[in-house]
Amino acid sequence: MEELLKVIDKNALIVGFLVVGVLAFLSDQFSKKFLKSRIPGSAIAIFLGLVLGYLGGVFTDGSKGISDIEIFKGVGILGGSMFRDFAIVATAMGASFLLVKKSGVLGLVSLVFGILIFFVSGVAIAWVWGYRDAVSLSTIGAGACTYIVGPVTGAALGASSEVIALSIAAGVVKTIAVTIFTPVLAKKIGLESPGSAMAYGGIMGTSSGVAAGLAATDPKLVPYGAVTATFYTGLGCLLCPSLFYYILTFFS
Amino acid sequence: MIIYGLAILSFSFIIGQWLGELLGKLLGINSNVGGVGFAMIILMLLKEVFERKGWWKPEMILGIDFWNKMYIPVVIAMAASLNVKSAISSGNLAILVGILPVILGFAVFPFLMKTFKQ
Repeated sequence: MEELLKVIDKNALIVGFLVVGVLAFLSDQFSKKFLKSRIPGSAIAIFLGLVLGYLGGVFTDGSKGISDIEIFKGVGILGGSMFRDFAIVATAMGASFLLVKKSGVLGLVSLVFGILIFFVSGVAIAWVWGYRDAVSLSTIGAGACTYIVGPVTGAALGASSEVIALSIAAGVVKTIAVTIFTPVLAKKIGLESPGSAMAYGGIMGTSSGVAAGLAATDPKLVPYGAVTATFYTGLGCLLCPSLFYYILTFFS
Repeated sequence: MIIYGLAILSFSFIIGQWLGELLGKLLGINSNVGGVGFAMIILMLLKEVFERKGWWKPEMILGIDFWNKMYIPVVIAMAASLNVKSAISSGNLAILVGILPVILGFAVFPFLMKTFKQ
């Protein structure tokens, strides 16, 4: 046992891969067997991650979730800012300027509208809730965009760990809401053609939610929604911690 | 070679983060601003150039695609290493911020489509 602990301690990041892999597998199985994939496995895994983060805080009284428990510190390395930002940048390869040209003006307009709608209403709700500082407001507003824009914005602006966790939680709730509402409301809002799917991806933005929601609506629409949705997070990461934050500093 | 793709990704990442640091300094925020977004744009531009020149080979793409597909696991790991315990006290806020804007988005979508069909 002592030898195993030594190996775990020496190879923290590798242990992190294993822990997250097991977590993702269990979530996927749960999603398939009990929820008929209505909620994507990734969304469940992220929620489970938050639960583990909560438990870590309860057991250790630390501020870094499960990674405050010695044998799980590798999870903290994998989820740290370097790997996080690196993986997010890599998602840009799924998008191209050429495709954005094809999706045309509608895609661009919907992207801008989408980010504005979510950021502004997220900020408004946080304001009503009692947050007043521009850093927290921006981070929560960014979290209303996606669970990636939130922490990226929070990290860039130096938001507290609590607010960053809150922005991720909001982003995950959004992913689940989009996943569930999309197939239910698709016909009502006229979401039937590739063009409308592109606009939809731009408005909603959360790529896993849009992809999962469109897959449940009409699998043919998935790539069209994903094309614009992929840009949403990138555009959000660019706008929220810079321009939007800058504007907010004048109000608070 | 896989490492070529990985190197392109790393190049975009470093330059983007550098631009983010510079913009942060320019805005007087003393932190990285939009570095990830800049890195993404650089990567997309490089992809365009490489595709045009015929240098965008499947072997190379693998090096980037691995990390592209790792982003969900990384986000899971990030979620697990956050201070969730403190955030739970504002749990209702997370649910409100997660759901209300989505409903607003569904309400706005048909108007956007109508406006653009004319």
